[in-house]
Amino acid sequence: MSRSVGRNVVRKDGTAKAVGTARYVDDLTFPGMLHARTIRSTIPRGRIVRMHRRFDAAGFTIVDARDIPGRNLVSLIQEDQPCLAEGEVRHAAEPLLLLAHEDRERLLQAQVEVEYAPAPALLDARESTHVFKEIRIARGDLDTGFREADLVVEGEYRTGHQEHLYIEPNGMIAVPEHGGVTVYGSLQCPYYVHRALCVLLDLPEDKVRVVQAETGGGFGGKEEYPSIIAGHASLLALKSGRPVKLIYDRTEDMIATTKRHPSTVRHRTGVMRDGRLAAMEIDVLFDGGAYCTLSPVVLSRGCLHATGPYRCDHVRVSGRVVMTNTPPNGAFRGFGAPQTLFAADVHMERIAEQLGMDPVRLRELNALRPGDSTATGQVLGADAAALDVLRAAVSRSGFHRKRRAYRGTGRGIGLSLFFHGAGFTGSGEVKLKSRASLELTPDGVRILVASTDIGQGQRTVHAQIVAEALGLPFEAVEVAAADTSIVPDSGPTVASRTTMVVGGLLKRCAEEMKARLGALTPRAYLRRHGPLVITKQYEPPPGLVWDDDTYQGSAYGSYGWACDVIEVERDPVTAGTRSPRRWSCATARWPTAS
Amino acid sequence: MRTAISPLVVKQPRTLKDALRMLRDDGPLTPLAGCTDVYVGLNFGTLRDARFLNIWGLDDLRGIDVRGDVLRIGALTTHAEIVRSVLVRRRLPMLAAACREVGAVQIQNRGTLGGNIANGSPAGDSLPVLAAAEAFVELRSAEWTRTVPFGEFYTGYRKSVMRPDELITAVEIPRVEGAQWFRKVGTRAAQSISKVVMAAVRASRPRIALGSVAPTVVRARSTEEALAAGGAIEEAQRLLQDEISPIDDIRSTEAYRRFVAANLLMQFWTDTAPRGRARPGVNRRTR
Ligand SMILES: Cc1cc2nc3c(=O)[nH]c(=O)nc-3n(C[C@H](O)[C@H](O)[C@H](O)COP(=O)(O)OP(=O)(O)OC[C@H]3O[C@@H](n4cnc5c(N)ncnc54)[C@H](O)[C@@H]3O)c2cc1C
Repeated sequence: MSRSVGRNVVRKDGTAKAVGTARYVDDLTFPGMLHARTIRSTIPRGRIVRMHRRFDAAGFTIVDARDIPGRNLVSLIQEDQPCLAEGEVRHAAEPLLLLAHEDRERLLQAQVEVEYAPAPALLDARESTHVFKEIRIARGDLDTGFREADLVVEGEYRTGHQEHLYIEPNGMIAVPEHGGVTVYGSLQCPYYVHRALCVLLDLPEDKVRVVQAETGGGFGGKEEYPSIIAGHASLLALKSGRPVKLIYDRTEDMIATTKRHPSTVRHRTGVMRDGRLAAMEIDVLFDGGAYCTLSPVVLSRGCLHATGPYRCDHVRVSGRVVMTNTPPNGAFRGFGAPQTLFAADVHMERIAEQLGMDPVRLRELNALRPGDSTATGQVLGADAAALDVLRAAVSRSGFHRKRRAYRGTGRGIGLSLFFHGAGFTGSGEVKLKSRASLELTPDGVRILVASTDIGQGQRTVHAQIVAEALGLPFEAVEVAAADTSIVPDSGPTVASRTTMVVGGLLKRCAEEMKARLGALTPRAYLRRHGPLVITKQYEPPPGLVWDDDTYQGSAYGSYGWACDVIEVERDPVTAGTRSPRRWSCATARWPTAS
Repeated sequence: MRTAISPLVVKQPRTLKDALRMLRDDGPLTPLAGCTDVYVGLNFGTLRDARFLNIWGLDDLRGIDVRGDVLRIGALTTHAEIVRSVLVRRRLPMLAAACREVGAVQIQNRGTLGGNIANGSPAGDSLPVLAAAEAFVELRSAEWTRTVPFGEFYTGYRKSVMRPDELITAVEIPRVEGAQWFRKVGTRAAQSISKVVMAAVRASRPRIALGSVAPTVVRARSTEEALAAGGAIEEAQRLLQDEISPIDDIRSTEAYRRFVAANLLMQFWTDTAPRGRARPGVNRRTR
């Protein structure tokens, strides 16, 4: 039987990208297409008094909030974000007005002057009283833990905004057709866009079609924001009756779209003289920006990783994500966890310092092991590999020898140990009810999923899984475009769930298909029995119980474990650092695409 | 958001003479060389000029040669050409070192020495080199050619003695005696604008110039004098603090710039300290 998994196969998207025939959204064009532009607020907070058009409107399509047929909101978690600001401005670069014209140059020349009544902006999350979401995780009894502790170590850790910087900026084309609209775009989650458009445009599901164009990177940055761009392009398309292309240039993309949530994390930790953690009190504050977007879920993952991969009987994590008058923050690789993991592991270093203890030893002592339970009470299985990755990284990097040798020089070596929950948090996957389909073709099979290939290799990995399970050559597996008119809702392409969850569904589809085929070739089966499509829906693994109200139970189906080691050199002239060498040891889910 | 380009006027002279005549008769026109500075404004929609003179095709303004004992570099010479030039590497290695740290390869292939000078940013990386080398800027109009000592070229923040009907045609650099030194300190190893940049020459009378620490590139004259008189380096570091006037801005802070400037001076002095046989060449650190 041909092996596909674990073998180096030719990427499904490789040739087209290498020879330049892959078509990104800006490569697409439609007859009669207009180009679009977004007029944005230039102040962080205030009221729009008036908008003055300083151009000849001939040939322009102009859309403001009054042109919205459905509800003026970006449908996601809370219904607080308008698709176009109406009266009130809550952040700089907020969309106010949309223009479209056949001639790009005319479009760029058009001037709109906005008169505001500015209001004082709230820019510091620590001063905000507008809370989008609060989370509390409690285990054991904090007071008992601190009473037992020999020493209390405190620390505060902050991180700032971060931009995804996918190579291809955001963009969408909306085409009015069949009494509805079809959008083509650079995006991660076709069904998020689909749902947002139905609400905004007041259209039934079958009148909205979302098709992913080849996408040049996402990293979370094309998870929720594309819903806004698709909405804008569609409003213009429906009003003008013509296809409308709306592409952001790098500047606009940087200024307007989501960033990683800035964070302030405070740790207060009770430790025993021998290094064991007795109590962990952790306070997490995320700056959500002006609207809620995905902030509650980002905060959730942040809080669930806040202890780092360490065990402790008495834990309290209190998390808050608040509003400020800055552009909304959103999904970004790691989704809240990198911020809290950063704090947790820098804090471990501080504890080691205060105890005068070897930082590796401190981590070894406290690292979660198989059979241990996390702050939410999840008992870890045999795959809890914190110790393995730690020891591998320490020995490969020569950590101890270098640590000794570098003492008192301008060089140093440090490490961080971390874990990451794979898939949606808690009952997320159960609620998603993801589906995946496999269709028999004369030469093999075709994969039908809403998962998107954004450069990470989804098409290749899914094809490998299916080929392997069916015992077909990799080349006999096609992957259909992520087009909501033909693929089922497999959930969003986020949270390291595409290989594990959707790949798992496809494996089940393939296994059933294999059984149905029996000894027949696909061609022979089709001739004898007609078309065959197999669809599977997510079923939670047994024993996975999660309670959203108490934050107790199994937060994730499985975890990845990793340890990074880095050497740094301090330049005494600039006080800057350089890192000549680094090591990463992690549990891999996929040999070539993880 | 980008500036619309269709209303922009771009004149295409065939010869330098043509270009200078257009500047005189049809000005004001903004010269376009490699456009690496001009395009930033175009991309951000902040470009104010609307009429341009494209001088990129004027090959007379290209090239590097030595006339008498003077190194002459045409205004349109790119940073990449300077880095590759054996003449520059031999005679003015600190300029090659500076050009090697401008932006990254794309910018070096397109950005010109004349553009770096005319743009007049206090962070321009070639400028401290030209100041320390006591170069001359050759300016030409339809009527005259004049040569201005580099130290007299700038009159204030992004202001110079160049008139709107003049072009920079070349830079001339007399022979530089002594060990040359250059170091740029930016946020990253590439594509970063200097927080502090310093070029210096170790000779009986040292020459020290810094960028990004004042409204224009500056020569640290009192510091130089103190060192020439055999003063202690610590004293020179103190004097340097009085000669620079850095500010807090998006790239750095006054305090950091002062700290780094003093450290760069020390590093220059240590790196170029005479040890037995004098070593030719420039000390170059990448960072
Ligand atoms: C990504 C990026 C990174 C950069 N990094 C650096 C860096 O690290 N260090 C640095 O110093 N600079 C940097 N720059 C700025 C720029 O590349 C340099 O200043 C470059 O030398 C400009 O040359 P140019 O030929 O492209 O100038 P242009 O953009 O063509 O012109 C700049 C200005 O000079 C005028 N001008 C040009 N040539 C002449 C002439 N012969 N006579 C009269 N006026 C003239 C123009 O009218 C214009 O006002 C960077 C720019 C970018 C976009």
